[in-house]
Amino acid sequence: MKTTQDLEEIRKNTFDRVNQGVNRKSTRIVVGMATCGIAAGADEVYDAIVDEVNKLGLSNVVIAKTGCIGVCRLEPIVEIIRPGEEKVAYVKMSPYKARRVVASHVLVGTVRNEYTMHVIQGKILNDYTLDND
Amino acid sequence: MEVYHSQILVCGGKGCVSPESVDLYRTLKSEIRKHKLSHEIEVLRTGCLGLCELGPVVVVYPEGVLYNKVKTEDIAELVESHFIHNKVLERLEYKVSKGEGNVRNLNELDFFKKQLRIALRNCGIIDPENIDEYITLDGYKALEKVLTSMSPYEVIENIKKSGLRGRGGGGFSTGMKWQFAAKQERDEKYIICNADEGDPGAFMDRSILEGDPHSVLEAMTIGGYAIGSNKGFIYVRAEYPLAVERLQIAINQSREYGLLGENILGKGFNFDIELRLGAGAFVCGEETALMQSIEGKRGMPMPKPPFPAVSGLWGKPTIINNVETFANIVPIILKGADWFKGIGTEKSSGTKVFALGGKITNTGLIEIPMGTTLRETIFEIGGGIPNAKKFKAVQTGGPSGGCISEKDLDTPIEYDTLTALGSMMGSGGMIVLDEDNCMVDVARFFLDFTKDESCGKCTPCRIGTKRLLEMLEKITKGKALMEDIDKLEHLALEIKKVALCGLGQTAPNPVLSTIKQFRDEYIAHVRDKKCPAKVCRALVQYVILEDKCKGCGLCTRNCNVGAISGKLQEVHKIDQDLCLKCGMCIHICRFKAIVKI
Repeated sequence: MKTTQDLEEIRKNTFDRVNQGVNRKSTRIVVGMATCGIAAGADEVYDAIVDEVNKLGLSNVVIAKTGCIGVCRLEPIVEIIRPGEEKVAYVKMSPYKARRVVASHVLVGTVRNEYTMHVIQGKILNDYTLDND
Repeated sequence: MEVYHSQILVCGGKGCVSPESVDLYRTLKSEIRKHKLSHEIEVLRTGCLGLCELGPVVVVYPEGVLYNKVKTEDIAELVESHFIHNKVLERLEYKVSKGEGNVRNLNELDFFKKQLRIALRNCGIIDPENIDEYITLDGYKALEKVLTSMSPYEVIENIKKSGLRGRGGGGFSTGMKWQFAAKQERDEKYIICNADEGDPGAFMDRSILEGDPHSVLEAMTIGGYAIGSNKGFIYVRAEYPLAVERLQIAINQSREYGLLGENILGKGFNFDIELRLGAGAFVCGEETALMQSIEGKRGMPMPKPPFPAVSGLWGKPTIINNVETFANIVPIILKGADWFKGIGTEKSSGTKVFALGGKITNTGLIEIPMGTTLRETIFEIGGGIPNAKKFKAVQTGGPSGGCISEKDLDTPIEYDTLTALGSMMGSGGMIVLDEDNCMVDVARFFLDFTKDESCGKCTPCRIGTKRLLEMLEKITKGKALMEDIDKLEHLALEIKKVALCGLGQTAPNPVLSTIKQFRDEYIAHVRDKKCPAKVCRALVQYVILEDKCKGCGLCTRNCNVGAISGKLQEVHKIDQDLCLKCGMCIHICRFKAIVKI
């Protein structure tokens, strides 16, 4: 049985894992994996990220599955926060894109702008899915 | 399989300049072919991108360059500059202003700007399968606070003061409900979480359970403490397997940490939660039927009173709250009733989660403060109607709710305002309809649903909904008389008055609200035998326009029933007796020579 002190201890120990701010010490990758995300192919994206992170031998990276952020039509969505940097959301991800994001954004810090949202006059234009991706 | 390096999107919207966009597409294709780039660059025609005043537009990915006001004669220059010399053709490039172009943060979208996330505070942030992440974001702090420093009476007073009303549809004060149960002096009481979300197009509860299950468990435990109950049930549909799985993981983790079970946090309070899976009957979302189902009986409603707070599950005092209601409890305890009361409007405090669906650009899940207008919700957050179509109505409250038309769009969203419009808040489905939707058909769709889902216990609902459906079908087939509309209205009002449970009492709402708001459409069906939206099959005809038909024979070859005849290069004809109105010919005709009338 946990006591209130134990919960405080957990809060202290897990804080960096969930910290959404720029003062994080590790990189957090979250994949939207509610029913809508999984239906859009988030399972494969998640597996690809885990595989690529292991392949590249990246440490200090937290990979988490999360619930629905609300914009179901942009799923699969992957959000990444690196220490000292703002959160970046990648939309309409595929395993191929996810691997490239890990290899460039997570590994060396170069954001792959082309997989973020492309907004013109409040409309998101790149919300389409390609068959051969 | 080809692997393309880039994609060129040509807006094929019908709103602006459709003939030109077809030419643009063809010219682009041939130009790409000329440069032998067809293996690397894919040219795609899209639906309307919603940028009609910039049109015709061409977008190139992955660079994300948008060319606007493109003409056919510009294409050669564009392809050569962009793809051969790798230089953006500045003459046609749309210059992005601030907030446009590549956006890295979801919160910068208009979609999120007007939202306020209380019930969904952790969804999309934490890992729902990791209790530590929930605990870290102030999880189980409210339970600590309640068990260490608040009496059950104080908890209930707090919830009452916050003005929280049931988010499942009825809108009854949650604090009052808890108070009724707390007053009962019985050996056993129960807390039930109603996660039997059955409205077509609604997925608010599922998203909360999948994204933040611990917030519901914590709130149920607080509820148990407040009313003096040691046992909770979550009644969730078996067709939500992921929600069930994550709930079970959450319950197991909480038990392991001693946050469920005996002597919680060492404060001497016992509470445990079990899952009960429903087979998906709509009526089991009604609280008395739900309890029957948990008891292992057939899910049928019981007359009220006695209310569940007095005599519910196995005859014991029982509280039933919706998932979203529970998701609001923890923030109220932590931040105080006054904070919650300050959000939303006077009679409806807090926020409401809606599932936006139908003919709307940004489908998805939103949480907005009460009092936000329907117009803001649909046009600012939802991004309006796609394909440059006209807004017609918005359906709220699912099969129990009604339609709200253009003229009432500036109504703030509250329990009472929506009820006054003949609709209701419901659990939060919001389906947007455009000019292509027939309102009689919409009413027929919902009645078809409630007729199927009627449990059959009371006659008004069992037979009444069937009669309503038959009358609506008669109207959609053009076989009804003018007095049938009045009969329909009369029967609908009677059913509302005498049906046993919420399902039957609200089932006629879609009929009544569409008759009230769109009587002219009913009249068009009955008197003129016409369906203005061209949806009802019996009332539309497919015809070939003589001046447009080139006699290519494509439609003849593709008609499954051989209803189209004509010689090559002569105008074809559709035999109305044979035509099944499947719409294949419209889809296939390259000259737009076939229309519905």
